[in-house]
Amino acid sequence: MAFSLRLNGESREVQAEAGTPLLWVIRDELKLTGTKFGCGVAACGACTVHLDGQPVRSCQTYIEDAEGSEVTTIEAIQDNKIGSAVQQAWVELDVVQCGYCQSGQIMSAVGLLRENAKPTADEIDEYMHGNACRCATYQRIRAGIQRAAEILEA
Amino acid sequence: MTMNTSRRNFLKSAAATGAVLMVGLRPNGALAASGSGTSAQLTPFVKISADGTVTAIVKHFEKGQGPATGLSTLIAEEIGLRMDQISYEFAPSNPEIYNNLFFGPFQGTGGSTAMANSFMQYRNAGAAAREMLLTAAAEAWGVDPGSLRIEEGVIIGAGQSASLGDFVAAASKLTPPETPRLKEPSEFRLIGNPAVRRLDSPIKVNGSAMFAMDLHLPNQMVVMIARPEQRGGLATGFDDTGAKDVKGFLQAAILPNKAGVAVYAENTWAAMQARDALSVEWDLSSAETRGSDEIKSEIMAALEAEPSYNVLQSDQSATRSALDDAAQVVEQTFYFPLLAHAPMEPLNCTIEATEDGRIVLHDGAQMPTGPHMALSQIFELPMEKIEVRTMLAGGSFGRRATPDADYQVEAALAFVMTDRSRPVKLVWSREDDLRSGYYRPAFGHKVRVGIDDAGGIVGWDHRIAGQSIMKDTPFEAMVVKDGVDHSSVEGASDTPYQIPGVFMGLTDTKKATSTLWWRAVGHTHTAYVMEVMMDMVAQAAGQDPVQYRLQYLQDGTDQARMASVLKLAAEKAGWGSAPEGRSQGVAVHKSFGSYVAEVVEVSGDPSDGIKIEKVTCAVDCGIAVNPDVIKAQMEGGIGYGIGHNMRDQITLSGGAVDQFNFPDYEPLRIGDIKEIDVHIVDSNEAPTGVGEPGTPPAAPALANAISAIGGPRLSALPMVEHGVNFA
Ligand code: FES
Ligand code: FES
Repeated sequence: MAFSLRLNGESREVQAEAGTPLLWVIRDELKLTGTKFGCGVAACGACTVHLDGQPVRSCQTYIEDAEGSEVTTIEAIQDNKIGSAVQQAWVELDVVQCGYCQSGQIMSAVGLLRENAKPTADEIDEYMHGNACRCATYQRIRAGIQRAAEILEA
Repeated sequence: MTMNTSRRNFLKSAAATGAVLMVGLRPNGALAASGSGTSAQLTPFVKISADGTVTAIVKHFEKGQGPATGLSTLIAEEIGLRMDQISYEFAPSNPEIYNNLFFGPFQGTGGSTAMANSFMQYRNAGAAAREMLLTAAAEAWGVDPGSLRIEEGVIIGAGQSASLGDFVAAASKLTPPETPRLKEPSEFRLIGNPAVRRLDSPIKVNGSAMFAMDLHLPNQMVVMIARPEQRGGLATGFDDTGAKDVKGFLQAAILPNKAGVAVYAENTWAAMQARDALSVEWDLSSAETRGSDEIKSEIMAALEAEPSYNVLQSDQSATRSALDDAAQVVEQTFYFPLLAHAPMEPLNCTIEATEDGRIVLHDGAQMPTGPHMALSQIFELPMEKIEVRTMLAGGSFGRRATPDADYQVEAALAFVMTDRSRPVKLVWSREDDLRSGYYRPAFGHKVRVGIDDAGGIVGWDHRIAGQSIMKDTPFEAMVVKDGVDHSSVEGASDTPYQIPGVFMGLTDTKKATSTLWWRAVGHTHTAYVMEVMMDMVAQAAGQDPVQYRLQYLQDGTDQARMASVLKLAAEKAGWGSAPEGRSQGVAVHKSFGSYVAEVVEVSGDPSDGIKIEKVTCAVDCGIAVNPDVIKAQMEGGIGYGIGHNMRDQITLSGGAVDQFNFPDYEPLRIGDIKEIDVHIVDSNEAPTGVGEPGTPPAAPALANAISAIGGPRLSALPMVEHGVNFA
């Protein structure tokens, strides 16, 4: 079947079976590989993208539910003021280790800062709970979000 | 910036851009250098192009632990560059030149050795490049080379200055110095500088970093393997009627070794669905059918029997009589379950055949030589016809290095069954990773410690039983001595504590499943036992746990280094003066040449929930090349140790793994540890490991803190299964 969606500001037509997770459309069909596969069951957050500005787990979002929506992936997050502040903070603090979870972490962090410009440590822990990092970079993720908030405030 | 490369490629690009200065080693270990014309035999550690571009060739794989940054730092330091003036490439597989100096003629990353074995190699290569460039400049300018230096990538001195590129052609014709002058620690600008940033951060925050999972070769097929529930089962037939309804399904075929059925599809989602729709008949006659309880019973029984090996060759009867005469005996039995590595990026790799008859493996390869050799056998091709391209790995913790190159062999077998016209990308799901994997083996310990009236240790009887990692692998000859697999006892048999009257016994039990090194290997259980026992003994003696440990770290440099991290962690944590409502626990351990002490501070209580408020860590890993990377490795190692021991285990029922995906093997989450504070001891000793040493002390320090706040003495793991809840 053909589906149309807006991906990172561009209209895209894709051929896929209904019920195909958005994750695999993005990775295998549209060949944007910054969005990662970690579990496939909404338990790790590695696949987080924005659907109309809201973070969602793309492994549990079907292509038909994304039809007509605006999908934003890590590849375009620098175009967003919050996104580029988060990236800047991440590089300043060297948050990443293996880096595999970090696209998802950043997409969630942007979602958080959009809702809450100055989150406390507890608010960060609550919002980011679903984003696992097997390298355990959590201290720096927390610090990175607070640093991004500071950059945005300036 | 990063490029996966092969020697063919970089020789080709070298030829295209004219002169290149490459410095590396000859197979005999001597420094060697060459320009573009005569470089065929040289596999360099650094190359400098005529346009002045400097590239470090990194022989270790990057799974986040930092060697790409670390080895580049060494080259940049010795040449005299800023960090933004160097980039890196991963070395091609070459067991002669890019071998791990601790592994023999074998290229691989493990045992926290990346920096330790590369430190002098890469410094020497950088220093030789510097001297050759300065010699070339000095000749051209008619001055003494001693009057010249390189600063921030510029050759300066004798009233002149020039860029590196200007002298690459001339330098590449020179013979490298036999022993180049290395910089003194007082001259270091980059080594030890906490402001040096990771080179791989920018590509990992914008989605452009290419992990092996992200490779998409033209015309590739995706393969997933249907595996038996019970390890050792063999496929005898299958029905793919259901799979044929999946759009994108291509075919299914039993692997030549019958270990599974390969499902070929046009894309990943089709492969997943088709595999789900496949029904396979298995011959389970030689499969594992035991459950976790049976495995545990075997280990517990072994602890009560006479051990197979006397690890220290010490006098068992002397220990026995010391315990008989002791004023008090402190006794504890411990049990450690199987654990999965669960790196964030599920296992995968891609194999293709090239037009000129070579086979190329694209892989986040932790030990390239293993799959390199295995593929050479499977394809019946000489090593030169097999190329391993190392890509970024989304974590590993040991899993991407198996003695039998398990997933690379699966991919190769799936590929040999095709006409080889389409590349095969093998993908594992998270369920595959948790259920069909290799595990930290199950282990049991039983320890009896006798103390005298003053609280001093008079005898220490320590029994260990569990599943050997190294036996029946190619590493057996290297690691197993007199029957003792060192990886079963490391951290206990070689503890720096000077304990009198030690007897240590070891018994191997039957492997229930494939066992594998897991971040920190044997130290994952030995550190726990040593440090919980030390705590219990200190408590029985009525003494402070830090002071008590220090009594057994009196003489010798090993002991002094261990004592100094212990004191530093205690001081930084405010040992003994925890805020109201909080308690602290401590542990200190030496592993992979490094000394790490950790103090965990908790609040709450075991029934309503323990909260981990703070972990304070002190580490001595010799010269701290990249202090911020070291801190990050301690943070990550602490999280890895604490997360698994809080709530994870792999269990078996009738041979089948009970866990499926992350909800059943719950990772550490961001709120689990509120704060980590890492301190690095100043040192001029040679650098030692950092990837693993942060892990061993973390869980015992937490266990000791839980005991201190009124919780149980946790002698079996994970903690949530043994009477402790976490908030
Ligand atoms: S892959 Fe979607 S949450 Fe893990
Ligand atoms: S950085 Fe490796 S999983 Fe998060």
